[in-house]
Amino acid sequence: MWHDIIFWILAVLCVSCALCVVWQRNPVVSAVFLVGSFLALAGLYLNLSAPFLAAIQVIIYAGAIMVLFVFVMMLLDLHHPLDLYFRFTKLKFPKLIVLLLFSWFLCTLILATAFPLAAPQTSQGFTISQIATLLFSKYAFPFELTSLLLLIAMVGGVVLAKKK
Amino acid sequence: MISPIGYSHYLILSAVLFTIGVFGVLFRRNLIIIFMSIELMLNSVNLALVAISKFTQNPDGQIFVFFVITVAAAEAAIGLAIVISLFRHKQTIAVDDINLMKG
Amino acid sequence: MLSAILLFPLLGFLINGLVGRRLPKVAVSIIGCTSVFISFAIAFYLFMDFLQSPEGWREITVTLFQWIPLLGVDASLKLDSLSLLLVLVVTGVGFLIHLYSAHYMEEDPSIARYFSYLNLFTFAMLLLVLANNLLLLFIGWEGVGLCSYLLIGFWFEDLEKAQAGKKAFLVNRIGDFSFLIALFLIFTTFGTFNISSLKIFEVSPDQLHTLTVITLLLFIGACGKSAQIPLYVWLPDAMAGPTPVSALIHAATMVTAGVYMVARLHFWYLLTPFSMTVIATVGIITALFSASMAFFQNDIKKVLAYSTISQLGYMFLAVGIGAFSAGVFHLITHAFFKALLFLAAGSVIHALHGEQDIQKMGNLKSKLPLTHIVFLFGVLAIIGCPPFSGFFSKDEILWFAFNKNTLFWILGLLGALMTTFYMVRLFTLVFYGISRKEIKEHLHEAPPLMALSLILLAFLSLGGGLIGVPHSLYGFFKMDNFLEHFLNPVFIGQLEITHEGLSEYTLMMITLVLTLATAIWTFLTFHKHQEWAEHLRIKCSKIHAVLANKYYVDEFYTWAFVVPVKKSSELLLKFLDKGAIDGALGGLGKVTILSGTGLKLLQNGNIQTYALGFVIGTLGILLYIWSMWT
Repeated sequence: MWHDIIFWILAVLCVSCALCVVWQRNPVVSAVFLVGSFLALAGLYLNLSAPFLAAIQVIIYAGAIMVLFVFVMMLLDLHHPLDLYFRFTKLKFPKLIVLLLFSWFLCTLILATAFPLAAPQTSQGFTISQIATLLFSKYAFPFELTSLLLLIAMVGGVVLAKKK
Repeated sequence: MISPIGYSHYLILSAVLFTIGVFGVLFRRNLIIIFMSIELMLNSVNLALVAISKFTQNPDGQIFVFFVITVAAAEAAIGLAIVISLFRHKQTIAVDDINLMKG
Repeated sequence: MLSAILLFPLLGFLINGLVGRRLPKVAVSIIGCTSVFISFAIAFYLFMDFLQSPEGWREITVTLFQWIPLLGVDASLKLDSLSLLLVLVVTGVGFLIHLYSAHYMEEDPSIARYFSYLNLFTFAMLLLVLANNLLLLFIGWEGVGLCSYLLIGFWFEDLEKAQAGKKAFLVNRIGDFSFLIALFLIFTTFGTFNISSLKIFEVSPDQLHTLTVITLLLFIGACGKSAQIPLYVWLPDAMAGPTPVSALIHAATMVTAGVYMVARLHFWYLLTPFSMTVIATVGIITALFSASMAFFQNDIKKVLAYSTISQLGYMFLAVGIGAFSAGVFHLITHAFFKALLFLAAGSVIHALHGEQDIQKMGNLKSKLPLTHIVFLFGVLAIIGCPPFSGFFSKDEILWFAFNKNTLFWILGLLGALMTTFYMVRLFTLVFYGISRKEIKEHLHEAPPLMALSLILLAFLSLGGGLIGVPHSLYGFFKMDNFLEHFLNPVFIGQLEITHEGLSEYTLMMITLVLTLATAIWTFLTFHKHQEWAEHLRIKCSKIHAVLANKYYVDEFYTWAFVVPVKKSSELLLKFLDKGAIDGALGGLGKVTILSGTGLKLLQNGNIQTYALGFVIGTLGILLYIWSMWT
């Protein structure tokens, strides 16, 4: 029962924070709301018995990536007052129609799938040791590749953002 | 609320978050906000993966989420570096005004 | 050795054509003349050879190479009595004309071009004469037409002269087209172009129709080349070219190609009496028609041009009634005296610095004595006064005509008298009487090379007739009819004389008396009593107008053919060329531009538009999954 209540609370929180992200004028405020959304998601991961991922979510997403975002917003010396930027773009109606169609189809497909009635509470989660074993045995190669990827990202970031 | 939570609730939530992310990408002018919407989309996919991983009792889903987060981080770094470089050239981050590739 | 005859003029053409401009003028003339002379020497040697071999052996056939294996066409040349005679005439008279041109054209800056064209012409004409294959003959046929165009329009900076060349080529082309159709028919009927293979003497009745059509088409081609009705209109205009060109091409050689072709293919013509009648009729009508047009012409060269058409009519009359060797005989003698007349006229023109209107000449007898004498020789030859060559050849034609059909003889005699009239008129007005042109400066007579050619041709006009002495005069000249014997093996089946009624001698006398009477009357009229001529002219002023304007034929042709073609091509230009084709191409371009402009809107550089594309694509995938599922 608690699972359900926590799910609903966290779900509502997540969605409302997400809506505020795309509706705010000020990007810094959007960033804060996005952090809120991430934290709600971490809670949902916990609800799904994935503690490792919840931790990773908070540390990396909320902790590193959003900080990076805020730093970049600081670097961009935006002189213009923010309400000079119209929030939304042109061609609103075609995009809106496409978007609504898209969401409707997605939801229809999901709802049409007959999932078995096994409740989330009854199934088991995975421990860190299980994940680690899997990571370093079966997925060792992608693991090494991601380290390379991060190296490239670092170098690329430095090169691209350098002052000439 | 009355019925117990199952797969579909998590997946619907994921879909809703994804839609909100797409909305942000299509409709906002501010480039940073668009990036944030992209992160939101990635997160919705992560949620879906974890949910499916739990209900099919397959740990591969969680490993995949691990990798997605890593890649998202790298991508955010590079993307923001590009935004900085772009801002230095064009002095604007409104996507409407960044149309050098206009044919 | 046959190919050597063809080779030297071709070499002359190439050398003069390619490097002639850088050579000194003397070198150019020497190259041009020697190439033809070498061909003449070879031909003469072969002639001597032929004379010594017995009659059946007088034939050489040479196959140069396999030309179109698919059609079985070989490039083969044949030298028999007929072609040898023509080769001698072409190279001999041609050589004299080349010599003449060396002086006549010596001040012209494009002399190298001139000699190269002349050599090319000689080459093409020899090819035509020597060809054993109708396709090869056609190449020579076209080649002489081309050279005629090039040489008539030699001074092309003058628009009129260029247009004369164009007219010659176009009218010739009509004949060539007819010739080509005939070639197609020949190939489909007989399967070969080789003249030796085509030499048949019998043909089935259904083939006869086709053969008649073929021979008529070939004759139309000959009309174009040899200026018979209705395709003669180019020859008077062709006088725009240099005078030696007129002598060579339009008197001695090219225009005789038609006659030669009929003589060559005599075996077919003997099988189709209808075509023969057509040829003879057209020939005699042309002879009379153009003689009448020559009456009132005032340009020396134009008179001679109409005279050429008229004499060609006589040649066609001869071959049309089956007297092939008589026709060839007249061809040879005509080459001599007509070339002489043209070259003498050229001498006059040269002396008077370009004046060609005889109404402005007169009393040149004392000032140009040599020219006067040779011109007299030429005139006497053409009117048929013995012992000049024209007498023998013309009489032979008239004798054969009499035997075939008395009407032809009467018309032929009438034509001879008309010829006498205008030729003597020309002669008198140029050389006698009061000089109408104010000639202050001393006129110089022809320079040495020109004089040499004139004298040699004069001798040939005088003595050339001796190769064809008629039967009735055997005793008088103590000589046989050499030409008839020489050509006998070639022309099997030609007209034989059945001696009835008047003998040849009597006819000769009648003709001679009438001719001399006409000549004397004309001479006196134009020399001493010009008022008679004026009186006549006023009395028949209407006829005079028609004749002087050449029966308005040129005007008629312009109205009937040239103007409609021009109008229709203007229409086609407007609707087809500009409208349809340009429109289609422009439309193609416009389509591309429009589609590009339309598609360009997709590429607005806005990321969100592209993102929208993504979403639509994903939507498509979802639709697909949905359709698969339900």
